[in-house]
Amino acid sequence: MSDQAFVTIKNAAKSYGQLEVLKDINLTVQRGQIVAIIGPSGSGKSTLLRAINELDPLTSGEVWLEDVQINRKLPHRQYEAHVNQVRQDIGMVFQHFNLFPHLTVRGNITLAPRMLKGLTEAEANKLAEEQLAKVGLSEKIDEYPSRLSGGQKQRVAIARALAMKPKVMLFDEATSALDPELVEEVNLVMRQLAEEHMTMIIVTHEMDFAASVCDRVLFMDKGVVVEEGPPSVIFQNPANERTRNFLRKHLSR
Amino acid sequence: MDTELILRVYPFFLEAAWVTIQLSVLTALLGLACGALGAAARLSRLAAFRFVGAVYVSIIRGTPALIQVFILYFGGPQIGIQLDSFAAGTIALGVNIGAYMTETIRGAILSVDKGQTEAARTLGLSRWKTMRKVVLPQAARLMIRPLGVNINALIKGTALVAPISVVELTYTAQRFIGSTYKPFEMFLLSGLLYMAIIYVVGQGVHWLDRRARIT
Ligand SMILES: Nc1ncnc2c1ncn2[C@@H]1O[C@H](COP(=O)(O)OP(=O)(O)OP(=O)(O)O)[C@@H](O)[C@H]1O
Ligand SMILES: [Mg+2]
Repeated sequence: MSDQAFVTIKNAAKSYGQLEVLKDINLTVQRGQIVAIIGPSGSGKSTLLRAINELDPLTSGEVWLEDVQINRKLPHRQYEAHVNQVRQDIGMVFQHFNLFPHLTVRGNITLAPRMLKGLTEAEANKLAEEQLAKVGLSEKIDEYPSRLSGGQKQRVAIARALAMKPKVMLFDEATSALDPELVEEVNLVMRQLAEEHMTMIIVTHEMDFAASVCDRVLFMDKGVVVEEGPPSVIFQNPANERTRNFLRKHLSR
Repeated sequence: MDTELILRVYPFFLEAAWVTIQLSVLTALLGLACGALGAAARLSRLAAFRFVGAVYVSIIRGTPALIQVFILYFGGPQIGIQLDSFAAGTIALGVNIGAYMTETIRGAILSVDKGQTEAARTLGLSRWKTMRKVVLPQAARLMIRPLGVNINALIKGTALVAPISVVELTYTAQRFIGSTYKPFEMFLLSGLLYMAIIYVVGQGVHWLDRRARIT
């Protein structure tokens, strides 16, 4: 079971007009595995991550979650129903949190479970309390997002994603927009998820964090995976010249 | 200034103001309905709807409102649409302001951050649920002020039904000028009443906008 493919990306390619943003990318993530994607700005990390849940559909190639092809070609109505279904299993956390400002923390967390899983108000409240406890923000349940710090916002965003009980979590530079002193509280929540064996794909610029929590690291540049391997190899002994150059700039910061 | 005359005629102006108010309220409601439909069409996934929405907006905004009132009231009977002047005026003005409201509502929806839609869709919410639960509640706050501007224009625009003899403020002023030869007093009186209506509505919009901001 543990080395069974969980998320599979096959021959993924994506172009915006003439610009090839992803070129023939293959990636297999096992259940419980934590994969970091690193690389220079514009290398296609976000695009790849957003292809996994069809936010930016691929031009060609396949994305699978277990035995379900996420990017199936279907007539519009069926396609919409299909993606709405599969997205429930894929949590996503954004650089800029994207909390719903018109809803309280509770409202943010319970919206999707109530609309999509038919939870009663009491069940949804219990769920919100559980998820908030996990990210250490129980006392903020009735606050509006505008009254939270960046780190707290991101933790709520993680709780919101977790409330759907996803099979995999995608993080797109979850700490890049945070003041340095707020980064650690978010990293802590992510480490906790790692201990619970959540399958995660993490786009990050934080090499230390990637090295300490991830099982595998992918280095991307110009739309291709240049090199991948365990963090010990990628960070300490990369084979590729481009990887070495990139790390030299980023580790010496 | 002939204050005695003003005191004698003002009850007629109050009645006319009531007609202006009714006209404004009905026009605003029809306008909001047209605006909501127009915005939905302009933002539709289907090109045909987008086209219809765009044509509606450009025809209405590209021609004088007075012509639109005249076409419906005078031209309508020729193509089998027979309406009394109040109904024709309300419909023409409502459809007119609806085009402006279409753009207001569309603009408000488009100015909600794209990340909001992405976050909602990522959770598995459908397009429609995302619109209803995430985008529209935020857009609604953003559109209060600009819709207030539309409504302000609409109230003043109700004067355009005077030429088709709806007995509202402008028509009433003109009628009394015909018999009294006191245009200054008559227009002053109707102007003040317009101002009173606009002031009250403006305060209402302001109140709504402030309330919507408290979160
Ligand atoms: N909607 C779009 N239209 C056109 N080009 C786009 C679009 N989105 C992304 N791109 C381009 O695709 C390339 C990859 O972008 P992407 O956001 O995936 O990079 P990234 O690796 O996440 O970079 P960063 O570290 O800055 O977030 C860039 O050259 C970008 O300009
Ligand atoms: Mg990115």
